[in-house]
Amino acid sequence: MLELDLTAQVGGFNIKAAFQAGSGVTALFGPSGAGKTSLVNMLAGLLRPDSGRIVVQGNVLFDSRQGIDLPPEHRRLGYVFQESRLFPHFTVASNLSYGRRLATKSRALVDFDAVVDLLALAPLLTRRPKSLSGGERQRVAIGRALLAAPRLLLMDEPLANLDAPRRSEILPFIEKLRRQFEISIVYVSHNMDEIVRLADQLIVMDNGGIVAQGPVDEITARLDLRPLTGRWDAGAVLTTRVTAQDQRDALTQLSFQGGDLWLPQLDLAIGTPLRIRVRARDVSLALTPPKGISVLNIFAGQVIEVGEDDGPQVDVLVDIGSPLWARITKRSQRELGIVPGRKVHALIKAMAVDRRGLGSDAG
Amino acid sequence: MLSALEIEALSLSLKVALWAVGCSLVPGIAVAWLLARRDFPGKALLDGLVHLPLVLPPVALGYLLLVLFGRNGPGGAWLHDWFGLSLVFSWRGAALAAAVMAFPLLVRAVRLSMEAVDRRLETAAQTLGARPLRVFLTVTLPLTTPGILTGLLLAFVRCLGEFGATITFAANVPGETRTLPLALYTALQIPGGEAGATRLALISVALAILALVASQYLARQVSRRIGL
Repeated sequence: MLELDLTAQVGGFNIKAAFQAGSGVTALFGPSGAGKTSLVNMLAGLLRPDSGRIVVQGNVLFDSRQGIDLPPEHRRLGYVFQESRLFPHFTVASNLSYGRRLATKSRALVDFDAVVDLLALAPLLTRRPKSLSGGERQRVAIGRALLAAPRLLLMDEPLANLDAPRRSEILPFIEKLRRQFEISIVYVSHNMDEIVRLADQLIVMDNGGIVAQGPVDEITARLDLRPLTGRWDAGAVLTTRVTAQDQRDALTQLSFQGGDLWLPQLDLAIGTPLRIRVRARDVSLALTPPKGISVLNIFAGQVIEVGEDDGPQVDVLVDIGSPLWARITKRSQRELGIVPGRKVHALIKAMAVDRRGLGSDAG
Repeated sequence: MLSALEIEALSLSLKVALWAVGCSLVPGIAVAWLLARRDFPGKALLDGLVHLPLVLPPVALGYLLLVLFGRNGPGGAWLHDWFGLSLVFSWRGAALAAAVMAFPLLVRAVRLSMEAVDRRLETAAQTLGARPLRVFLTVTLPLTTPGILTGLLLAFVRCLGEFGATITFAANVPGETRTLPLALYTALQIPGGEAGATRLALISVALAILALVASQYLARQVSRRIGL
């Protein structure tokens, strides 16, 4: 799908990255200034690497050794920018059609109405970008990029300029489009919530280089990456499936490799795959299975790793069939003797499976 | 209402100014684009040349034009041999003089407006598959329209008022090169011509005000249409 191997010097710092991405959503994550946007700009042809190679769907877009450097207009990549960049002198409909008119007849055209439907743009078609809200503008930007029939969609922090309600409004649209149009996406973000929700593969960048890459669940479980993935919201990702609905208690059962979870009712069909994030701060540990306790979700497991952190708390990686993180005080760690290999029970407060941390694992 | 002389001067002024501005439009935009978007050896020289008419005394410029495009100058001889055209003593010469004097005003206004166009919109158009010419025609140029209108207006009004280069290069031929400023000047040379001069001055002022008002109106319409 996408092969990339580049080195570049951008604004006085070095970028060196090599990775391959398959179909689905590949997230580029890292702190500000890690080089994510520069990397995407090099992919799009807006920035020239010093050396390397970029191949998308078998087409060589850049190869320094062969002297190939396709200009952006020939790369057929859709780009959704952080600041939408809609043409102010065109209506929404004309903005949407801009790239479409330029798509050659040999390419399979993307259906205009399908995109308008998908992104709920019908009421906006005759309006000007100036009169739209931020969320509406980004939806139009996404539609415009899609309608140019790209090989690959690039999204550079498309939701960063939006407030939280606007973000959760647009995320489902991105999920839907990826499923409906079967298009691969490279998604840049410094927000783990978005990434957990959307991404299949995760590439973590720092200081111009790639620090880790792999499936999302694996990467978020790694202790050594926590400084980058964010300490406060650190947590594990569990791949689950809806197995039962309890109408009387208004609870839903999710099954995963470690057993079954109960959480407040989700309106989903049985069998629906679901990815959930369990935050370390919502997991407690016990040496013996607690009795007479209100927590519903208790799992037996074994300590794999203990982190080294400043402050009174420490994160512990526990294997309960799936990796899980627990945040406990150093005092408890000492008094309970929490060390790698120790058999423990992990307690997940049912309410802690946060709806905002819910990601769909469909497709 | 207006005497034959005044009508002649007025219509000649309009004809000269419209031709001068009309022919300057495309070169003006092209030069503005070069200066706004491109870097090349000799750019500073081009910039200087374009601004020369702003700082040179108009009569000096008229003389330069005479040297180049007069009957015996390189340009003038070529035009005469190939097209049978003569610029001196002709409204065409007046138009050329006016165009040269007004060119820097047009270029400045267009260039400023073009530089203000968000480059990020241009790169967005590129990522959507638009080649450089298409980007220019569909994004850059439409968004530069306010500057173009301003430039055209300034150039037009400057052409209406052009005197020194016109009288030096094209001379003061009634019906051919005697535009409003030249007619006013001529009227003042004649004893008792003050009345006529006053009327001509008033006509000039009215014309300038009309042009200003029209451009304000147009500028507002355009700004609204391009979403600014």
